[in-house]
Amino acid sequence: MGWVGQVYFYVCAAVAVLGALATVVSRNPIRGAMGLLLMIVAIAGLFLGLNAQFLAAIQLIVYAGAIVVLFLFVIMLLGPSAVGPRDKRGLVGRTLGGGLFGLTMLAAIGVSFGKVHGLALHDLDADFGSIDAFGRVLFSDGLVPFELSSALLMVAVVGAVAVARGKQGDEAHPPPSGMPGLAARSPLRGALADVQAPRQEGHST
Amino acid sequence: MITSDHYVALSAVLFAIGGTGFLVRRNVLVTLMSIEVMLNSVNLALVAFNRARPADHAGQMFAFFIIAAEAAEVAVGLAIVLSLFRIRRTVRTDDADLLKN
Repeated sequence: MGWVGQVYFYVCAAVAVLGALATVVSRNPIRGAMGLLLMIVAIAGLFLGLNAQFLAAIQLIVYAGAIVVLFLFVIMLLGPSAVGPRDKRGLVGRTLGGGLFGLTMLAAIGVSFGKVHGLALHDLDADFGSIDAFGRVLFSDGLVPFELSSALLMVAVVGAVAVARGKQGDEAHPPPSGMPGLAARSPLRGALADVQAPRQEGHST
Repeated sequence: MITSDHYVALSAVLFAIGGTGFLVRRNVLVTLMSIEVMLNSVNLALVAFNRARPADHAGQMFAFFIIAAEAAEVAVGLAIVLSLFRIRRTVRTDDADLLKN
């Protein structure tokens, strides 16, 4: 890899880190999903640089084409309430804990980087990572997990439909008002009560 | 000269970002996206190590199956988010305490 490869790596890495930061930091989940998309595309680019052409294609199709779109669908379905209220409760503890975790990880990287000898990425024959070679391995060594993953996806689809659909006639016959979460259905339930009612209800018992 | 070190360091940085987001944020959707960031970083490390030891395609195969499991996880997770929103009208992880009492 010459300097072109280096520049390519650093550009992709910067974009990936930026996208991940945008995902985590942004208050609006739509911006978060866009950051996730950015990171996914950058990682697909890194896969290309690592001779994993098939995985790069899969990454774009599955992540960018399916998962991010699914996220966007759900965010659109939830509407403005997907943003959630800004809350200060436990902010110090959360920031301390999360920051400690992040700093520990970064410190570990900083201490170990350059001390250990990285494995050199030698030039390869063009066959490595091609769809032909990867498919042969996938359908010989990885045949059983491959079939099992189809069962996993099937179960996930059925489970997702069963969980997301809820009971039939939920809207027509709402449960009695003693059940948790329904105190939110007060006349005040507008833009304001939407934010505050679940909180009061959650702590009343 | 780019070695596997660079890829692993990038992967660790992404993992730290995702883990911090998972711990700090309270929006369920952002939490799920943080998990995605972490899984993507692990995929990157697997593929990088496979590139450095190109005897077989084990790392790429692992990454492939992680992507499949990830798709299943997101489908179920988002279904749970929708279900939680229907019951509680919220996307905050703190309000998901239906089993508390």
